[in-house]
Amino acid sequence: MNSIAEERGDRAASVTGGQQEPSRALAGPEPVVSVRGLVKRYGSQVAVDGINLEVHRGEIFAFLGPNGAGKTTTVEILEGFRKRTDGEISVLGADPATASGTWRDRVGVVLQESEPEPGLSVRECLALYAGFYRKPRDIGETMNLVGLASQSDTITTRLSGGQRRRLDFALALIGDPELIFLDEPTTGFDPSARRAAWEVIAGLRALGKTIFLTTHYMEEAEYLADRIAVLSAGRIVAEGTPWTLGGRDRMYATISLALPAGVAVRDLPHALRPLAEPSGPGRIALRSESPLVHLQILASWALDRGFDLPDLDVHRPSLEEIYLELTDSVTAKDDVR
Amino acid sequence: MIKMAFHVFAYDLRAFLRNRQSRFFTLALPVLFLVIFAALFGSAGHTTAVAGGQIPISVYYVPGIIALGVISACFGNLISSVTEQRETGVLKRRRATPVPAAAIIAGRVLTSAVVAVAIAAILLGIGWAAYGAHVPGRTAVALAVTIVVGAASFCCLGYALASLIHNQEAAVPTTQAVLLPLYFISGVFVAVSILPHWLVDVADVFPVRHLAHALLTAYNPHTSGLGFSWRDLLIMGAWGAGGLLVALRRFSWLPLTQ
Repeated sequence: MNSIAEERGDRAASVTGGQQEPSRALAGPEPVVSVRGLVKRYGSQVAVDGINLEVHRGEIFAFLGPNGAGKTTTVEILEGFRKRTDGEISVLGADPATASGTWRDRVGVVLQESEPEPGLSVRECLALYAGFYRKPRDIGETMNLVGLASQSDTITTRLSGGQRRRLDFALALIGDPELIFLDEPTTGFDPSARRAAWEVIAGLRALGKTIFLTTHYMEEAEYLADRIAVLSAGRIVAEGTPWTLGGRDRMYATISLALPAGVAVRDLPHALRPLAEPSGPGRIALRSESPLVHLQILASWALDRGFDLPDLDVHRPSLEEIYLELTDSVTAKDDVR
Repeated sequence: MIKMAFHVFAYDLRAFLRNRQSRFFTLALPVLFLVIFAALFGSAGHTTAVAGGQIPISVYYVPGIIALGVISACFGNLISSVTEQRETGVLKRRRATPVPAAAIIAGRVLTSAVVAVAIAAILLGIGWAAYGAHVPGRTAVALAVTIVVGAASFCCLGYALASLIHNQEAAVPTTQAVLLPLYFISGVFVAVSILPHWLVDVADVFPVRHLAHALLTAYNPHTSGLGFSWRDLLIMGAWGAGGLLVALRRFSWLPLTQ
């Protein structure tokens, strides 16, 4: 946890204090992944319906969406496994559909579902894959990085689910790629295994890798991503940082409280009265654009009069609420059509 | 590419040897079949008619079971391992690396071929030690060539059938359903001399009979000359080429059940 916090701090520092070295992390001249008007149809079914996106060097880009939204289809097209129906794609400067071994040398892939190589130990599995690349990473160091050092001689099929996923990460990393695709890397994990996987992913960012992550967990995107695109029914319905997604930063906060006995809305400070709406028996909610200011007014008013306001609550829309709203509205529109 | 194929081969062979089911079906079962069939039908003095004369039944079984061993390694085992690798995403992940596709396939074929040669050598040794069969000298080249052509053809057929089997659970039952009847009518389990002619005619269409017959020709002490059975090799090779065409058209790196 600490290391991740430090890492975020370091990045922030390098962005603000990066005069001598132009920051490539935020707005590199050439995007690592660039997609324009991507369409994928299976027969008459449209899986991906004209999406545009860019991923820049050194960032974690999260592709967030419910199951069946087209995430895996898009990633498999970007990985070169599937052919697109229409659109223009550039991944590391090449078209994945016709990319060469040299291109694959620079790309790491963690598939949504894959079992380990049967019959090989963790170390042998990594040695097999290391042999596929021109300049592989050190095997021991890679096992340390994903936390599999003490399992190095374990046969892969005897690993636990979480350990298998760590091996998947290690195999994606062994070629020392610049760009790593992670397709729903923590689906089916218990919360502690998910945290552990997040730390590994945050560790990849510390190595300077560009990461394209798909997930249907809001917390995962919020915790890891620099930028998020929300995909619903094959279209990108919102894009932004975890803080700006869907206008989250511009949304009202709700301050709610139960009015003390004998107090009515008209007894509130002048500035708060127009914001108040009843929100249940004896309760009010204040819709506030600047919750800090309004809270201060509310607090000094309450302290002056000796009110305790025991159930005071301040709520900003969570990423999850915004996400559900974004994906719901599209589903609803589709239902009407 | 060749270096990469040997790299894949080294690990595929290791994984093969660590798999108990593979070891049993591919290495132990042929030995068991030879011992059982020779014991059942090969009691002292029992002979069977082959081209050029009579040979003891126990000796007759050696080339037939070698055919079975080659087919187990190159067809049965290859199909179950390729289907498993494909359906569990192992092939897809290998394909996501810079390793050439041909190296992955060549590595797996090499594994099957080496296992096939090993089981053939073991069976020849047992035939020599237990049943007093000769180890062919003059026809050794023909025997080796037949094993290699058989291995290559059945690997192609294996890739063809694997590309038609959609899930991992179906791999073993499907191959057994294809092979068992052919073993019975192709002179592997039962001497051809006691089979009805029409059954042998049916068997003649399929490659199992031709591998068994070509191996018998090279192994038969009554064979004159170098022991090459060109017609059998040709028909087997044609089956292999057909298999290769199907495999090239239908082979998939991605799981088929998704």
